[in-house]
Amino acid sequence: MQVTRRQFFRICAAGVGSSSLAALGFAPGEALAEVRAFKLARATETRNTCPYCSVGCGLLMYSLGDTSKNVRGRIFHIEGDPDHPVNRGTLCPKGAGLLDFVQSPNRLQHPEYRAPGSKAWTRISWDEAFDRIARLMKDDRDANFIARNAKGETVNRWTSTGFLAASASSNETGYLTHKVVRSMGVLGFDNQARV
Amino acid sequence: MALQSLDIKARSATTTQPPAARDPLHVAKLIDISKCIGCKACQVACMEWNDLRDEVGTNAGIYDNPRDLTDQSWTVMRYSEVEVQQGRLEWLIRKDGCMHCEDPGCLKACPAPGAIVQYVNGIVDFHEEHCIGCGYCITGCPFNVPRISKKDSKAYKCTLCSDRVAVGREPACVKTCPTGAIVFGSKRDMIEHAEGRIADLKARGYANAGLYNPEGVGGTHVMYVLQHADQPELYAGLPKDPHISPLVGLWKGITKPLMSLGIGLAVFAGFFHYVTAGPKEVEDEKVD
Amino acid sequence: MTNHWVDIKNTDLVLIMGGNAAEAHPCGFKWVTEAKAHRKARLIVVDPRFTRSAAVSDFYAPIRAGTDIAFLGGVINYLLTNDRIHHEYVKHYTDMSFLVKDEFSFANGLFSGYDPETRKYDRSSWGYQIGADGYAVTDPALQHPRCVYQLMKAHYSRYTPEMVSTVCGTPQDAFLKVCEAIAETAAADRTMTIMYALGWTQHSVGSQMIRTGAMVQLLLGNIGVAGGGMNALRGHSNIQGLTDLGLLANLLPGYLTLAGDAEQDYQAYIAKRASKPLRPGQLSYWQNYAKFHVSLMKAWFGDAASASNDWCYDWLPKMDKGYDLLDVFEDMGQGKVNGYVCQGFNPLGSAPCKVKVSNSLSKLKFLVIIDPLATETSEFWQNHGEYNDVDPAKIQTEVFRLPSTCFAEEDGSLINSGRWLQWHWKAAEPPGEARSDQEIMAGLFLRIRALYEKEGGAFPEPILNLTWKHRIPAFPSPEELAKEFSGKALKDLTDPKDPGKVLVKAGEQLSAFAELRDDGSTSSGCWLFAGCWSEKGNLMARRDNADPFGIGQTLNWAYSWPANRRILYNRASCDPSGKPYDPTRKLIAWDAGAGKWGGADVPDFKIDSAPEEGMNPFIMNPEGVARFFAVDKMAEGPFPEHYEPFETPLAENPLSPQNPAVLSSPAARVFKDDWATFGKPDKFPYVGTTYRLTEHFHFWTKHARLNAILQPEQFVEIGEELAKEKGIRAGDHVRVRSNRGHIVAVAVVTRRLMTLDVAGRKTHTVGVPLHWGFMGLAKNGYLTNTLTPFVGDGNTQTPEFKAFLVDVEKV
Repeated sequence: MQVTRRQFFRICAAGVGSSSLAALGFAPGEALAEVRAFKLARATETRNTCPYCSVGCGLLMYSLGDTSKNVRGRIFHIEGDPDHPVNRGTLCPKGAGLLDFVQSPNRLQHPEYRAPGSKAWTRISWDEAFDRIARLMKDDRDANFIARNAKGETVNRWTSTGFLAASASSNETGYLTHKVVRSMGVLGFDNQARV
Repeated sequence: MALQSLDIKARSATTTQPPAARDPLHVAKLIDISKCIGCKACQVACMEWNDLRDEVGTNAGIYDNPRDLTDQSWTVMRYSEVEVQQGRLEWLIRKDGCMHCEDPGCLKACPAPGAIVQYVNGIVDFHEEHCIGCGYCITGCPFNVPRISKKDSKAYKCTLCSDRVAVGREPACVKTCPTGAIVFGSKRDMIEHAEGRIADLKARGYANAGLYNPEGVGGTHVMYVLQHADQPELYAGLPKDPHISPLVGLWKGITKPLMSLGIGLAVFAGFFHYVTAGPKEVEDEKVD
Repeated sequence: MTNHWVDIKNTDLVLIMGGNAAEAHPCGFKWVTEAKAHRKARLIVVDPRFTRSAAVSDFYAPIRAGTDIAFLGGVINYLLTNDRIHHEYVKHYTDMSFLVKDEFSFANGLFSGYDPETRKYDRSSWGYQIGADGYAVTDPALQHPRCVYQLMKAHYSRYTPEMVSTVCGTPQDAFLKVCEAIAETAAADRTMTIMYALGWTQHSVGSQMIRTGAMVQLLLGNIGVAGGGMNALRGHSNIQGLTDLGLLANLLPGYLTLAGDAEQDYQAYIAKRASKPLRPGQLSYWQNYAKFHVSLMKAWFGDAASASNDWCYDWLPKMDKGYDLLDVFEDMGQGKVNGYVCQGFNPLGSAPCKVKVSNSLSKLKFLVIIDPLATETSEFWQNHGEYNDVDPAKIQTEVFRLPSTCFAEEDGSLINSGRWLQWHWKAAEPPGEARSDQEIMAGLFLRIRALYEKEGGAFPEPILNLTWKHRIPAFPSPEELAKEFSGKALKDLTDPKDPGKVLVKAGEQLSAFAELRDDGSTSSGCWLFAGCWSEKGNLMARRDNADPFGIGQTLNWAYSWPANRRILYNRASCDPSGKPYDPTRKLIAWDAGAGKWGGADVPDFKIDSAPEEGMNPFIMNPEGVARFFAVDKMAEGPFPEHYEPFETPLAENPLSPQNPAVLSSPAARVFKDDWATFGKPDKFPYVGTTYRLTEHFHFWTKHARLNAILQPEQFVEIGEELAKEKGIRAGDHVRVRSNRGHIVAVAVVTRRLMTLDVAGRKTHTVGVPLHWGFMGLAKNGYLTNTLTPFVGDGNTQTPEFKAFLVDVEKV
């Protein structure tokens, strides 16, 4: 191995400087050798299930504060649930990164509307959104509902509006969605299981 | 005694003897490459736990991303396609990062008092508040692991989650590993676990399976089970016989006599330079 | 999954084919590594790519995308020819001995009954011979030329190792090595698990690929046993739940089905589905169909559903044709669809042939997006440069984008692949004004209902009478909904044998689907989940992970459908006399003393049916046994037959070279205009296949910084030989084109994509990971479904994403 002149100089200078700093009383207090404090010690822990694939890994979600009235419990860390029989505390790169899904800057914040031909979203209220969508759906259903087919058979279907459901939503959401959608006679109804 | 949460074995550029009477459990992380699926969960868990976020980079025509260790990526997966046996493709995936050497070259090379600390349990930890950004830890490291941050010109690397281990938990990468390719425990238990894995690999046709726990650095607290322990270079250039760079020895040889002489003027000049100009920028040239 | 994730640890051999568990399901794959560690199990991967599953396998065999039926048909031939099957199991628990109708035939790649005009089969000849007693006729000696065993043997005799190699490009020695390993599990004390996913479903013959895998498992006696099974690794966290809840065009909750137009009579509708046993002494559990159906109607329509109106039978829509996703986008393109709601679904990214989907969406009057994230679909009208080059001014669709909560911000249950219903708890408030999906559905429904109350309109009865007994109508709670689908007694349920004895009091939650009645006295929104919220409380929230038998069953963790059973068909793990085939992996056994079945699992059987009664393990089938011969259940025929993908590098089907009509599946539905969109090998010579990477989840995680860091930029994978031919180096940008469009991506040049010798020709594969798009934190890229063809499986209409034709060039 060879040491260039410049390297030799650097080594000497750094050695002199730092060793001497210590000698002159600039040595750090020994207390500063402490490790970073364990950040979960008193955080609120909530159990959940990973929303990505179908392994259904158990999660521990840690949020700020102790659920007191005056704290907004933002989630700041997620790791695997060691009690869960399948994942036993482990998480894959998707699950281990869930914090950045929950806190993604691309999470939608409020209802938005895009008018025909427009190039932009405009913010609307929930009431405006619901009222307008309900009107559109009812008008379409009333105009296109098929009570009987050409043979005169009772068929009671609405085929001019369709619905795609989310296969990452809960059973409770799925059940309610199915109930509502079928009550209107919708047939064009699928979820990601189709693709 | 200091409010330390782990007993200290050695501190960089410090000659005072830390308390040595206690001997806590020596820990180790074992990475079984034959079980690694290269999923990068460890990379995510590391960043997430340590509040790091690397840049969203580009794809260079390989799976490795981020492409190298950085101040934000303390561990990266390195992918190698090899054919040790003609016609039998193997995709060897090695989790790279600090090996937590028993004889840590970084600590020996570090001129900043207390910037690098070795705990008795085997963890080698960087304390960035003392780091002067000189980059000598990189020179001293036989595995080319520490990286200087562009943000604050301080050196960063894997802490083996010293904050978790100090309270009795496993490191974040270990916990998350889906296949159990990364395991954690006492160093003795890890060596024993490795023996079982090596026997299994031999039964599956890997005659040269073995443990990577290199003697040249006094053994390591991060070890690998390799299918081809006779050829560690296959695993993205894992050094076959790592040693601390002789530069580090040279450093020690010069500075110790200088210190004993106590040359005042040069010291003040050095100190002045440090407080007025700040720490040294990292330089590109590699030390061989 | 017939089994479940943890049970994989009990296996001796893992076959990963049509899936990539290490990458797509890493934490489930853990149980493969456990089987390797503790049972010395071997892992075999058969895949067009050397995946990260292959990286930790004991043996890898390459295969051309889309040819799995040929491969597995070859395995069946190997097992039958070499007589490496589980004889007792096959004889007693399958339809091997059943005689098939004389009219049934197979020639030139076609089964009897084909109509080339409609591209459909008349399936009336695909059935068993029925005797004068009304039961199927059998020949237990398996000698009759019309028995399933003999027909099957003849059918697969054409799938020789040479043929497999010709079609699949798998070297013969590699194929035979896989066969030998599989054959070893025919022994009663050895078993294999098959782990598959969308690598099998996303083909024009995907359902038949899965059937072929199941047939291999049945021949070996590997269904119903610990460590065995056909294990579908579902793609999403609750895709199992939404399938079980019937959120598909033709389904109702619990695999009940909607009626067709012709089914005007309620009793006939029920009778067709409540199959009577086809053999003496069999359970044929679907005989209870009416109990499940009436309980559903009571859950939905309450008092309005009564015997006098056939439990509101006419209130459900009837089917005149398919209404699956592809069908709806076809209709949309023709201007037949005005409104569309996408709840957590991003069809611009997920559906095939982006240009067609985009054109169809542009014809909508209104589109409603309900999602936690800003999806591509929500901005299909927006110009995003080369990645979405549209003119907003020309798109007249009104679009609403409604922010919903994500998992972390709600309570509820999800069902994993192992059929576990697991409850989760809210940990944080949603961002901004985001609302839960339940609140959003309620918001829409209550307004529509109010409009009907006020204005009247088309057939308002089902809307006005839909049960909505929520304490806060605008916020139906997860607890209320879970109790509703689990079910309760509407009246006191008395013991049929002792009418004075009340089994369940009115208003109480039911404990099992066995308690359901068809007289309107019970209500259950999904019979399959009945009991998940019983009088004992919310069983989905159970967290006792004890495993007293050491076989990984954890019966007190969460709740598994059906009836908390963890391994389906577990009666088949015992011999006909009720003794476990492998005592070291005992699931259940007949306890003669107690007069019932019991053990480590909940018996999937009539609990007190003694072995000598002769009831067989496959209780959902009228035969009581598993079917090699699918009777009339499959669109393409009773035995899986290899057909090429709709875009194939071959000019003829090597199994029926003389018949051009059977190059690709003769029974797949192709819309008229789509024929012209299929490419030919002269212009598109390489096999394209799309897939997931372990670092990302679909189109979600590009919105998560941590995952964007791991795989920041769109790439495609190209084998070294093809790269050399094309002058492409790793890191170059390449354009991949199909007949429907192109994408540009970075080239990853690798030895892991091998050049295969298919029918004497070199065949290259281009791998196209699917995770990028024009929204998100990762670098923007093209939606990969720009490339894929608009054709689906003949049974499920799941698109053929896994095998199509492309060309590739350096940019």
